Amino acid sequence: MPVDTARMTKVFSRPQSLTEARLTYCPGCHHGIITRIIGQTLDELGLTERTIGIAPVGCAVFAYLWYRCDALQVAHGRASAVATGVKRARPDRIVFSYQGDGDFASIGTAESIHAANRGENITVIFVNNQIYGMTGGEMAPTTLVDQRTTTTPEGRDPLLCGYPIRFSELIAQLEAPVYVTRQALYDTRHIMDCTKAIKKAFQNQVDGRGYSLVEVLATCPTNWHMSPVQANQHVANTVTKVFPLGDLVNKGA
Amino acid sequence: MERSVVIAGFGGQGVILAGKILAQAGMSHGLEVTWLPSYGPEMRGGTANCTVILSDRTIGSPIVDNPTAVIALNLPSLDKFEPTVAPKGILVVNGSLIGRKVERTDVQAHVVPINEIATKVGNSRTVNMVALGAYVKATGAVPLEVVKRTMAEAMREGGKEKLVELNERALDAGYAALP
Amino acid sequence: MGERRLLRGNEAIAESAIRAGCQCYFAYPITPQGELVEYMARHMPRLGRTFIQAESEVAAINMVYGAAGAGVRTMTSSSSPGISLKQEGISYLAGSNLPAVIVNVVRGGPGLGNIAPSQCDYFQAVKGGGHGDYHMIVLGPSTVPEAGELTMLAFDLADRYRTPVMILADGLLGQMMEPVELPEPIDVSQLPPKPWAATGARGREPNIILSFDLGPENLKKMNLDLQAKYDLIRKHEVRYEETQTADAEIIVVAYGTIARIAKTAIDMARAEGIRAGLFRPITLWPYPYDALRAVADRVKTVLTVEMSAGQMWEDVRLAVAERAKTPFYGEMGGIVPTPKGILSEVKKHAR
Repeated sequence: MPVDTARMTKVFSRPQSLTEARLTYCPGCHHGIITRIIGQTLDELGLTERTIGIAPVGCAVFAYLWYRCDALQVAHGRASAVATGVKRARPDRIVFSYQGDGDFASIGTAESIHAANRGENITVIFVNNQIYGMTGGEMAPTTLVDQRTTTTPEGRDPLLCGYPIRFSELIAQLEAPVYVTRQALYDTRHIMDCTKAIKKAFQNQVDGRGYSLVEVLATCPTNWHMSPVQANQHVANTVTKVFPLGDLVNKGA
Repeated sequence: MERSVVIAGFGGQGVILAGKILAQAGMSHGLEVTWLPSYGPEMRGGTANCTVILSDRTIGSPIVDNPTAVIALNLPSLDKFEPTVAPKGILVVNGSLIGRKVERTDVQAHVVPINEIATKVGNSRTVNMVALGAYVKATGAVPLEVVKRTMAEAMREGGKEKLVELNERALDAGYAALP
Repeated sequence: MGERRLLRGNEAIAESAIRAGCQCYFAYPITPQGELVEYMARHMPRLGRTFIQAESEVAAINMVYGAAGAGVRTMTSSSSPGISLKQEGISYLAGSNLPAVIVNVVRGGPGLGNIAPSQCDYFQAVKGGGHGDYHMIVLGPSTVPEAGELTMLAFDLADRYRTPVMILADGLLGQMMEPVELPEPIDVSQLPPKPWAATGARGREPNIILSFDLGPENLKKMNLDLQAKYDLIRKHEVRYEETQTADAEIIVVAYGTIARIAKTAIDMARAEGIRAGLFRPITLWPYPYDALRAVADRVKTVLTVEMSAGQMWEDVRLAVAERAKTPFYGEMGGIVPTPKGILSEVKKHAR
């Protein structure tokens, strides 16, 4: 049956803020969803032309390719320090850093905490998939107890390598941050919640309110050795037990 | 000509400040100057010293093997720097704290009871200015009036206006202590 | 010229950076350059500029990376151990073609070493302390006024070549005071624009700052571009000073503080009838190989004096290439050669 496209209404499209470049992420990985949410947010808030993104080292190392905005690719762990430098140099621009769990919560611990503690007026997206995806599935600071990785082949033993670090809770202890939240993407409702959270984290910056952090629990089907569906179920049933969802700080909301 | 002086004493005797004021005065007087402190752990409780060079031409080395003058405010400073003074150089010695005699016979030594004079002026903490006054008299490196004006500016900049008059008297008293 | 002020080397560098239009300064305190950090803390905020005492040297250099990427003049300063921590960031600055000024007020090493003056970071500065095939321009001031002048120059060179520039000073230069004629502050609005900077992609394609390409062919091209830039710098930016070399039979090669001490030693040697001269590299990278070689052709002996075990000595020997004898006199650990000490070496080797 022929389709009359002229009479159809377009209800879903690629955000204007995203480029045509193909994502380099694996099938079933949540990075793609987060990328889209950020693009959509930049569209809705009209920020694309005054936003500067900070791309980390890790699976998101190519993040500068996805957005139609200026960007800096930076050293591993230093995204929050670089974001600080950009924001102080250009206070009227919107600056966001996009960081994985190794970048944000391990090698970049000092930079992450101190940018938050200074209350830098930036937006940080912290993607927690409990594993080092790019380098081949090694332990992350957020790897769950007993979780097998290539550097914890018998499972993470807390006596040897400590416990999964709840980094957003650490940040939430500080005076300065205005918004700290943990979100997930394993079903539509949570994707919608996460979209609202990311939008709020950008709006806070637009309003000059200070430091906002959105932690997103993400999947890594490849290195978890799960199907995308199993990975989503794992987040819903297991990961959220260790990393509870919800707002940790929401000042003046 | 080039004059060099090492000002040395206990930390807290104000040798670093005395050197700064001398250097600043030299600069105001149109001379080339350098000021080089001993820094770091030496400044924290132990002995402190600084080297000031005043010259009518460009200064090469800011460190000197044989200064043309030494101001020694305590015994360790005299022990350390007496052997270094250039022949025919000037040695200003704080007689209040240093019991021993100057051994060098080829230098012009002035033993001055600096602490006593400072106390008489009204504050024992003015030893550095008494010593500087004596040095100015002994060498004529910079006119006393220029040193006094520089000191007053430094005090005002540091918000210590009320110490200007006291330190002027200390400079005068040190100056008058030498023949 | 503007006003004449008695300043420490650290303060002269700080004030000159301000007058050069440094908009953002980030640092972590360390002796013997503490006065530089404190000076910036006092003056930058009241000028409406950015001062951040960073949580670490690593954070500071990466804040510099951000500010440089965003197109403003920016600087960090430290001393030896702190500069070691900054090396990854410096490599990124070089790889990303970002202009920035880095001040190293060198102290005794290795390890914690001490806080006394030293020149033991020469290799790190001129041979590339971080990873990868890169250089930065390295300027070695010899006096406090020159520290100020070279700081102004450093910002211009950084912008002109889009490269990190290091001021390589030492603890003695940082701590000593000398009269400085301060230039008028530059008008930042008159600086050439930086169309490559990340400032927000309004009405243009996005600008991406990066030092990264997974494709070997592309990364090779990036490297070749860097090397072409370095050739340009070698061609145009070599700086040095010769003193009394015209009739010299022996010359001293020294940079920074040691060069001015050597100047006094050379006057002393001349007074004793020894025809001595001084060759002072001002740019330590690019090194004045050709100029030094030309001098070496005319003299019997080229004596290198350094506060190190003989780091610049290697470059001297590369330049001289056995055209003359190349003895070495060095001190380490914070010992500063005195004029007499250098004189006795000159006398020893002039015979």
